[in-house]
Amino acid sequence: MPESKVHFFSSEPIVALLGNPNCGKTALFNLLTGSRQKVANYSGVTVERKEGRLTLDSGKNIRILDLPGAYSLYPRSLDERVTCNVLLGRAEGEKRPDLVVCILSAMNLRRNLRLVLAAKRLGLPCVVVLNMLDIAQRQGLQIDTVALSRELGLPVLKSIGIQSNGADEIKSFLSNLDWRNLSALQTGTSDATLESVASHIAHTESDNVLVQKILQNLKLDQIIPDQLSDRLDSVLLHPVFGPLILIALLFCIFQAVFSWATLPMDMIKTAIEYFANQITEILPNNWVRSLLINGILAGLGGVVIFLPQILILFFFILLLEESGYLPRAAYLLDRVMGSVGLSGRSFIPLLSSFACAIPGIMATRSISNSRDRLVTILIAPMMTCSARLPVYALLISAFIPEKKLWANIDLQGLVLFLLYLAGILGAMGVAWVLKRFTSEQFRMNALMMELPSYHLPRLGNLVMSLWQRAEIFLRRVGGIILIMTIALWALSSFPLPPEGATGSPIQYSLAGMLGQALAHIFSPIGFNWQISIALVPGMAAREVVVSSLATVYALSSSSADAAEALIPLISSGWSLATALSLLAWFVFAPQCLSTIAAVKRETGGWKIPIIMLSYLFGLAYLASFITYRIAISLGLA
Amino acid sequence: MNLDQVELGSPYRVCVVNAPKGAPQMKGQLEDIGFLPGEQVTLLRKGLLGKGPYMVRIGASTFALRESEARMISVECYLHA
Repeated sequence: MPESKVHFFSSEPIVALLGNPNCGKTALFNLLTGSRQKVANYSGVTVERKEGRLTLDSGKNIRILDLPGAYSLYPRSLDERVTCNVLLGRAEGEKRPDLVVCILSAMNLRRNLRLVLAAKRLGLPCVVVLNMLDIAQRQGLQIDTVALSRELGLPVLKSIGIQSNGADEIKSFLSNLDWRNLSALQTGTSDATLESVASHIAHTESDNVLVQKILQNLKLDQIIPDQLSDRLDSVLLHPVFGPLILIALLFCIFQAVFSWATLPMDMIKTAIEYFANQITEILPNNWVRSLLINGILAGLGGVVIFLPQILILFFFILLLEESGYLPRAAYLLDRVMGSVGLSGRSFIPLLSSFACAIPGIMATRSISNSRDRLVTILIAPMMTCSARLPVYALLISAFIPEKKLWANIDLQGLVLFLLYLAGILGAMGVAWVLKRFTSEQFRMNALMMELPSYHLPRLGNLVMSLWQRAEIFLRRVGGIILIMTIALWALSSFPLPPEGATGSPIQYSLAGMLGQALAHIFSPIGFNWQISIALVPGMAAREVVVSSLATVYALSSSSADAAEALIPLISSGWSLATALSLLAWFVFAPQCLSTIAAVKRETGGWKIPIIMLSYLFGLAYLASFITYRIAISLGLA
Repeated sequence: MNLDQVELGSPYRVCVVNAPKGAPQMKGQLEDIGFLPGEQVTLLRKGLLGKGPYMVRIGASTFALRESEARMISVECYLHA
């Protein structure tokens, strides 16, 4: 029997901000609500829901909802569907807004006004806000707001989203509003329903005629191009220089992500080791101590250690997004991505995956086409995340000789580069195969991407967005990583070894038994039982494999230089073929459970994570098998 | 004449959007972002070797369109209108 849900809504009125994408809506939302914002998801979908609070001069509190940007009120993307459902009062768990604030970009009245006309038909009380007036004035555009208000039959307010007092007119309007009787702002019946296709087409035509007439009456029907943006584009989107500038920019971002993050990451590592030592000194050597150090502390460390890289990467992505460059990067890459059946929009999620697949998977929300989004999620784990680096570093320094090739190229560096390349090529290959197997109908993926004018990013907005991303990462993913680490600690610690056991304790645990069983599966690709056991706790996070190997080889795992102690052991114990096979395994293997959990969360079911788990496992096994067999036939056993 | 055949940098007017049979929703999608009869449209930029994606100014906004999308938009010279 389906459970009926009862929702309780607070009596505070809800004001919904509606507007086209790129109309400066979010900046206004930040001005109105300041830091009093809550970011969550709309019930049942992965569309971000932003709500904030505003206290009016009268002392009254109102809730402000920042609706996803929409080009029309006929839903074509997930974002637009949510916006429509909220405005119609049909979104699950949402109260229908009491007032709609339509935000218009003064620079683009023709398209924005069509949305106002559609909003008026909903029958909700409406107010119009003319935003970006500063830019309009600079470009010599004079807008008669009184005349516009007369044409629309609605109040028209003025705002400047990038000035700290730019939303004051909206605030004072809301303060002076009689919230018990908003019918003066209402222009239709309030029982509106979603438009049918036919009525949408009819409205599109009549609205277009009406908008043209309004613009003519206001003498605004000429188009003023944004010359600064056009001049910047002539360089940044140049067919030759554009891609070169993009590559240089990405190179700098990567350098920054990895070099700036070193210091905070080292500090986090030192702090965790310090706490581990403190606990070792205080507590006796029993399972409680082990749980605290290898379970909880390691789990917390695993969450926090990637935060510096993720924050730095997100800082740059937000900077590019605010400035207007990001859609242009997608434009430049669209043809490459198109060749494997994706669009330029998949680029940012894949870029983020080089730091960690989880924020990358979270970033796929910006892809409107659901097929593109799924494919991007499926291939994101193949981008070499930074957790693979410690494993690569260990294996490369143990097995690849330090020597210079021609042109002074370092062999070890070359191998590392090849591993990154293998991941990218593997991802492209999988996307290409998926393209071949997708029916024509779903392959009609549109680009139709707006390239907004360039803007100078505002530090306040950047910091607020960065803070929200960090919070989302910690809240949604932190818990998963922590729980996984503790669960895997329990697996590798119990049952305890019998009295007088000679091997390392992990051998007698559940993980050890599992590993020894797995060794049968892994022996065709050259993995010994030590590797097989270490791969089990490595499911928490890839870099854990290094310390697990140290545990299996009965080294003291708490020492920071476990890797250094391991190098002579494994380089004498393993064949080169085994090492190469393990490297190939790490390029593709579905190693970390947190990624799988994130995929489950983002796709709302087990289907996609299971598909991902099985295809990545198959691919990794195949790659390792081929690598191992070729290496053996070359006499590297 | 379709938008993929026009001269770079010259203004045109949108006549109509003709979506292919397999994807009728493309018409509404293009109309929603502004490709409506009578609107001024300019092809600003093509990619390397004259291929897509194209950069198109429609009304006061700028969009990136793939070649296949540009081909759906029928236009006429600005002066004839």
